[in-house]
Amino acid sequence: MSGGPEDRYAGPARVGAAGARAATEAALSRQPGGIVLKNRLFRAFLYGAVGVALVGLVALLVDAFIKGQPRLSFDLFTNPASQIADNAGFRQAILGSIYLIGLMVLMVVPVGVGAALYMEEYGKRGSRLNRLIEINIQNLAAVPAIVYGILGLAFIARGPIDMGKILLAGSITLALLVLPTVIIAAREAIRAVPPSIREGSLALGATQWQTIRHQVLPAAVPGILTGVILSVSRALGEAAPLLLFGAALFVTADPQPLEVGWTALPVQIYTLAAQAQPELRELAAAGIIIMLAVLLVMNSFAIWLRNRYEQKW
Amino acid sequence: MEARGIAVTGSAGPGRRLQAASPRYGEKAIKAFLAGCAFLSIATTTAIVISLMIPAVDFFRDVPVGDFLFKTEFAPAQDLFGVIPLVVGTFSVVLWGMLFAIPIGLGAAIYLSEYASPRVRKVVKPVLEILAGIPTVAIGFFGVAFLIPLFQDIWPGTFLGGPPGFYMVGAAGLCIGLMIVPIIASISEDAMSSVPSGLREGAYALGASKMRVATRVVFPAALSGIVASLVLAISRAVGETMIVLLVAGNTPNITFNPVEVVQAMTAFIGVSATGDIAQGTVEYNTVFAVGTLLFVITLAMNLVAIRFVRKYRQVYE
Repeated sequence: MSGGPEDRYAGPARVGAAGARAATEAALSRQPGGIVLKNRLFRAFLYGAVGVALVGLVALLVDAFIKGQPRLSFDLFTNPASQIADNAGFRQAILGSIYLIGLMVLMVVPVGVGAALYMEEYGKRGSRLNRLIEINIQNLAAVPAIVYGILGLAFIARGPIDMGKILLAGSITLALLVLPTVIIAAREAIRAVPPSIREGSLALGATQWQTIRHQVLPAAVPGILTGVILSVSRALGEAAPLLLFGAALFVTADPQPLEVGWTALPVQIYTLAAQAQPELRELAAAGIIIMLAVLLVMNSFAIWLRNRYEQKW
Repeated sequence: MEARGIAVTGSAGPGRRLQAASPRYGEKAIKAFLAGCAFLSIATTTAIVISLMIPAVDFFRDVPVGDFLFKTEFAPAQDLFGVIPLVVGTFSVVLWGMLFAIPIGLGAAIYLSEYASPRVRKVVKPVLEILAGIPTVAIGFFGVAFLIPLFQDIWPGTFLGGPPGFYMVGAAGLCIGLMIVPIIASISEDAMSSVPSGLREGAYALGASKMRVATRVVFPAALSGIVASLVLAISRAVGETMIVLLVAGNTPNITFNPVEVVQAMTAFIGVSATGDIAQGTVEYNTVFAVGTLLFVITLAMNLVAIRFVRKYRQVYE
């Protein structure tokens, strides 16, 4: 308790000050031993909770790596699916995923950004129509993936659109699945552009679209891109809706966008993981390593992008 | 920034009307296109409802609604259409998942919001976000290739009728729990961080300990956000397919015993639609009836969650 300014006082004043301070501290910091113990236990529980969550994550990654690591090689990317586990690879699955995701991005970016622009820039804020669309998008975001699979099967592959179980139908289904996420992310990015930028542009005589095209969109691109990358990484790992397109079947021919008979990486991983043979599970683990590596790169890029271009107005 | 963005249209004389020089058809076309994009979301919802309802209505022409909702045997191949085993299957996996995820998720949320130093927070939060981004098929693989063998090894004798077989509800629940911990943690943490610090400081000034502030002040103040996170997590767990397909087995069963196997609603849809059931048969339509039930359950939960979120936003924003 020494070393403070009270050192300058001498004699009885110093003793008095120290005594008063000690008395105050004793009264205020006196807590029954039970409370201290309870606080410590609670803190230990919190550390435990975070620890368990992190240990689960690490165990998952390490387990996949240990099991799949003996199978990791470049042949995995180029070898076709095969009945013989030793030279089986993911060629068709990887190609299928690339087509699915590529086509999906082509569809979901213009539509998602367009919907966000309409809601933020054109629609009257708080109008009933805007609210209806907003609630609708919130609900769509919570519809289970497998229900989108039913939509794809009954509405796109068969039913009214009836294009067959072709790869493009799967891609459209994935696009509808991630559309709400893209719209929500794009809206946030667009909303973050301050109104003064728009007002300045409009005051100089630009039309509304010119303002959006030259002022709002360029400022919102990093945020939109982050949202798009995160939805791509979600779609890349999504297997459930594709099951309904027969994507879990054994495919040995390279996929074509407008043909049936295709598969995707997560679906093939599922098919392999559902088998009991250890060699096939090993192959599944190797597939998971590939998938997680791609996802990790994409997500890190998204986070980097967000931090790099986060603009403070 | 570019000159093109600035439309300078000559000198405006005093008598000139304040109207665009041209009708601007391009602007109108663009607006119409953007409106079309926004309406696509409503079209999607309509399409989902149509694609579920039409076969489901056919189904209920053959099978009475009461039989579907209340009978306890499910075997479409033998004309038994009681959906109870699938619903119980789903909720027994969800139950075990929540038993794991609620303490872990809320503990992590309280830690991140009240206890963690900014530096620790900056590391732990993104790591949890990564966990949220792991595809569920990878979590399911972890369950079937790591957790179940582990449980088989460490199971205490015939406890609960164990040791477990190749599939078990408990391991599926644990995987589901791992999937929803980040959802609970991040939404609850948002809710707790948005509690004004004045409330905390007031409690500290009255001599409350840190734990008391966290559990008696911040937690109740953030309760609606926390409830929203739990409801959203349950709805996500109910709709999850790949984990239950891989880990929970695929046998309709009415049980909450973690050692047994069940078939969840989503797993039934995934399995049946993959096989080759002829279109138009009752069996085929069963998929859509179960899908409708699943859609209604998750929709109801989501509406509840949205309501709770709105409530806590109103209080503090």
